[in-house]
Amino acid sequence: MGMTEIFENAQEKSCGLCCTKLEDFGVSIGKTEILRDINIHIHCGELTALIGPNGGGKTTLLKAILGEISHTGSIKFLDAREQKSRKPVVGYVPQRLDFDRGAPVSVMDLFAAGLSVRPVCFGYSRKLRERVSAGLAHVQADHLLERRLGDLSGGEMQRVLLALALDPGPNLLLMDEPVSGVDTGGRELFYQLVFNLRRQYDLSIILVSHDLDMVAHYADRVVLLNKTVLCTGAPAEVLTSEKLLQAYGQLYLETRAQKCLQPNIVGGVPV
Amino acid sequence: MELWYAFVSHILPFAWVSHGFMKNALLAVLLVGPMFAVMGTMVVNNKMAFYSDTIGHSSLTGIAIGVLLGFQDPLWIMLVFSVFLAVAISMLKLWTTASTDTVIGSVAAIMVALGIVLLSRGGGFARFSKFLIGDILSITSGEVLLLAIALGGVLLLWGLMFNKFLLVSFNQSVALSRGVPVRLVEIIFCVATAIIVTISIQWVGILIINSFLILPAAAARNVTSNMMSYHIVSIMITIFSGIAGLLLSYYWATATGATIVLITALFYLVTLLLKPRLA
Repeated sequence: MGMTEIFENAQEKSCGLCCTKLEDFGVSIGKTEILRDINIHIHCGELTALIGPNGGGKTTLLKAILGEISHTGSIKFLDAREQKSRKPVVGYVPQRLDFDRGAPVSVMDLFAAGLSVRPVCFGYSRKLRERVSAGLAHVQADHLLERRLGDLSGGEMQRVLLALALDPGPNLLLMDEPVSGVDTGGRELFYQLVFNLRRQYDLSIILVSHDLDMVAHYADRVVLLNKTVLCTGAPAEVLTSEKLLQAYGQLYLETRAQKCLQPNIVGGVPV
Repeated sequence: MELWYAFVSHILPFAWVSHGFMKNALLAVLLVGPMFAVMGTMVVNNKMAFYSDTIGHSSLTGIAIGVLLGFQDPLWIMLVFSVFLAVAISMLKLWTTASTDTVIGSVAAIMVALGIVLLSRGGGFARFSKFLIGDILSITSGEVLLLAIALGGVLLLWGLMFNKFLLVSFNQSVALSRGVPVRLVEIIFCVATAIIVTISIQWVGILIINSFLILPAAAARNVTSNMMSYHIVSIMITIFSGIAGLLLSYYWATATGATIVLITALFYLVTLLLKPRLA
């Protein structure tokens, strides 16, 4: 528990007045128990990275929070002003999408479908257009407004999806390996944006990632997941813990260390 | 209807419109066309061409049930049957682990075989060939009214639910995160498609109805980049092919539905050639 307390103290100065709580969260599909006894506490303005081996239940946890899969336990959002808990407004940025690239859907169409009641095929109001353009500007994507979704690059698509998830302002933002398959430049830009936006929008973010270096750089907090929460704390703590070694296996971490020079992992953590 | 007859006689003083049945057919074409154009946009976006084809073919069994129950006009039985089938296919997709096209393909095979067996009993299948080929020239004014109501229904559905259809067709998890009841929206769309196809089937024909649903949208998506232009181009293609097909079939003495479909196919080929240049 000590680790968590230190961490929570550190968070108080940033914001941390509202939070999302997962309590006794669990998922079973058929007779297979995929997740159990998950207790996570996420403060707003905080980027929580969810790491763990493949098949450890990371994506399942996100889908359960989204309501796509049924779960046991509870998820509560505690608003500082309202002083009562309710279901959080959830934004979701999926993994690189396998969507129909031939469909004549523009970026504006996608946003209008999510934001307005008026059918997109009848056009949209100027006000909505300005709102969408402003939202896209936050993720450096306002020039993409009229573009067909199928014509966007991987990085552009993920930034558009991020902007979509941010409007209307969610309490909790879920991202499932949002930049897998995106080139290095696009990946850096994406993480940079998310890192800045979390304070600006007072967001609680859960980010599933395999990229432990990015996690070390940008996460405020790391949760190591394999069926249940194995370890949680600041990146420097979790990424050097014994449990990480057990979860991923010796070989994986050694290859990784050779690839990216170990000092960077610990030394590069922003305090 | 009287108003329509007077209107047509006034602005189209040609020999072909002097027949009452041609006036009815023209109006029917102008109603069915846009209805299919609008519906088709999302059928194509959802990659449901195979599904709508199955609904069309399965109406053979719907007709057979209607005939066995002794109905003169099996339309209502066909409607009930196709709605039942639409819901059944949606449920089947959820429950089995078999891939969707296998499920839908099996249903199509069973329904076509069952329909043919029932209808051909005693060697009377030829009576039902009008359902296969379609006969829009025999449409009565009451039936035209039914098409008008169906078109109104589609427009109303689009007004209320189009944005949800679009989000679900884009990505189900994204739709769910924005509070769209994905399963319900899917079932509503499947049922609506089934109703529209079934209502129109005796005018367009089982064999080609799916082409008329898919081709205009498939052609439009080759040359458009947003939802509004997608709909407009798709509707324009059906209206043009509808009128041209009706006229050509009149002068060539060919089946109207197939003639219309041939013209939409022409549009598809042309847009396919234009596509690389516009993209």
